[in-house]
Amino acid sequence: MHEHDKMWEDLGLDVQLHHRLMESIGKNYQDTVLTQKNRPEGMFYFDGVIHASHGDRVKELINAKENGEKIAGTFCIYVPEEIAMAVDVIPLPLCGGTNFSVPYAEKLLPRDICPLVKSTLGLAFSKTCPYAPIKDMAVGETTCDAKKKTWEILAGKVKFHVMEVPQKKEDPDRDVWLEEVKNFMHQMEALAEKKVTLDRLKESIDVMNRKRKALQDFSNLRASEWPPISGLDALVVYQSMLNDEHVRFTEKLEDLNEELKQRISQGVSPFSEGLKRIMVSGCPSVMGNWKLHHIIESSGGIVVADETCTGSRYFENLVADSAKSLDGLIQAIADRYMKVNCSCFTPNNERIEDVRNKVDMYRIDGVVQYILQYCHTYNIEAIRVESALKQKGVPHLKIETDYSGEDRGQISTRVEAFLEQMQGNSKG
Amino acid sequence: MLTCGIDIGSRTIEIVIYESETAKILECCITDTGSTPTDNVQIHLNSLMEPLGIEYEDLTNTVVTGYGRKSFPLPGKIVTEITCHARGIAHLYPDAKTVIDIGGQDSKVIGLESDGRVRDFAMNDRCAAGTGRFLEMASEILEVPLEKMGSIAIAAKKRVEINSMCTVFAESEIVGLISKGHPKDEILLGVMESVTKRIVGLTGRVGIQESVVLTGGVAKNIGVVRTLEQEIGTRLIIPEQPQITGALGAALLAVE
Repeated sequence: MHEHDKMWEDLGLDVQLHHRLMESIGKNYQDTVLTQKNRPEGMFYFDGVIHASHGDRVKELINAKENGEKIAGTFCIYVPEEIAMAVDVIPLPLCGGTNFSVPYAEKLLPRDICPLVKSTLGLAFSKTCPYAPIKDMAVGETTCDAKKKTWEILAGKVKFHVMEVPQKKEDPDRDVWLEEVKNFMHQMEALAEKKVTLDRLKESIDVMNRKRKALQDFSNLRASEWPPISGLDALVVYQSMLNDEHVRFTEKLEDLNEELKQRISQGVSPFSEGLKRIMVSGCPSVMGNWKLHHIIESSGGIVVADETCTGSRYFENLVADSAKSLDGLIQAIADRYMKVNCSCFTPNNERIEDVRNKVDMYRIDGVVQYILQYCHTYNIEAIRVESALKQKGVPHLKIETDYSGEDRGQISTRVEAFLEQMQGNSKG
Repeated sequence: MLTCGIDIGSRTIEIVIYESETAKILECCITDTGSTPTDNVQIHLNSLMEPLGIEYEDLTNTVVTGYGRKSFPLPGKIVTEITCHARGIAHLYPDAKTVIDIGGQDSKVIGLESDGRVRDFAMNDRCAAGTGRFLEMASEILEVPLEKMGSIAIAAKKRVEINSMCTVFAESEIVGLISKGHPKDEILLGVMESVTKRIVGLTGRVGIQESVVLTGGVAKNIGVVRTLEQEIGTRLIIPEQPQITGALGAALLAVE
């Protein structure tokens, strides 16, 4: 019996299966994140966010709905959160990171598609996603093939709005994107039965900018010469940013940042000095997926930067808030979100440049490109990223994998060999 | 000083005891991993130390590598087989720039810098195609001993293509070919080429630079050697004892 059994039952979930899902995720967390030593005290809160994601957070969202707020499920960081927030719609990322639910998606969907899409769909199909029944609608986007075509299937059961994210970043594409952002606004207004006002939009831009700023500070602090926090814990913070209430998350992160500054000044770190500094670049590791970071940091490396959706791409670039008109702010929002460098864009040279810059900025010893299986855009773009890194003389490793635990040994061997390769080079 | 290198593979275990002053391998052995690798390692290690009259403590350092490297119970340093193979080959062939290792259950291509350090590597370890396992399957199903397969294959006038990449499905395909009356030597040549095709894919990722050394148990198979040489267009150097290069590299790293 679990304290939230009644809530889950009332939501129409398969409670027994949900228990097994929670056990599976809980064990995974115990075997990875919770095996770490000398963690900052502030991580206690973020462990709590992960723990509460299917329990207390759901309760909180149900209460919010009772107070008149609405919930829009999302699957991509291109969806402009500020606009939803301005009419009291809570944008709720629904991406799945657990392998447990994948087989349930494979009952319907092809096996050879992105594990993130399968995990997400599997949670819905198996009635173990508590957000599915409480959301008022879902917002999809045309970023990648697997997602784009899956929305068509889900739209049969759920109120769905799909934003068209352009393929390129030329002027005509920016016009399309601005129209899509405005359409999204109308959808949110219709859902909430309210209009977006200048004041409310300014408010929500402030909330999100403050959150982004705290995350930017965090990212700089974690990448200190002697990192005060592990990359695996940083990932937990990044996963929390996609689930927690924005203001509370920001306040707790600002507290953690203060603690990290203290740790830096006192030379407190979970790691010995001189370990290799790794940047993870590419696909996201959403809540439930701690595999890669755990392997890298158990093999003697430190992840000091994440160029992913569960990393820099979420919080880089603030929204310019100087405009005096609603239209001006909407344009500023569209501009900010267009700066996200997902591989679904072509030619995406901005991302290649970004990876090169981050190598310098964070004094990176080696880059691990993280590619989810069947993610063709990141997998093929990886070739050009590798080429750019080779030119710069930066060691590089590509890991292509899914959510299962079956290849932990193989990934460990590659990561260990990669770290040995870097050690050898620094000796020579 | 005396050092020890142990390569605990998925199918075979190799142990090398090395003397740094004379740069000689004093003792070495190759044995099956079996189902109790930890016991097997200890038994065979003891059998190597006995004729030398030494105990484990007399070894200055041990480096353990391979699939089972983390389960070695005695004190030793753990290093991946990529680094160990590179070190072993660099010692034997200072001009080597590329190592192709075809093992029992995995295959890898390692690119070396001019001083023998690892420049880049690519592995195939999620699939038995292009590994010793594929050849073992063919040996069983065609009832030809492993050590004879290669010479029979290269004597064939033409080959029968094996379409299945998967070892399991290739087995069924070979059964079908036998029942259709295809001669064994032609099927065997097709088997060699299947293995080669998978390896060539790996070499593309790392790049071939001469000289190229082939290691691993499969290097003893002349059929794979010839078809691979044809495919990549360069002569392959085969060490006298291609299976122990990982353990040798481990023993050399133990000196450093």
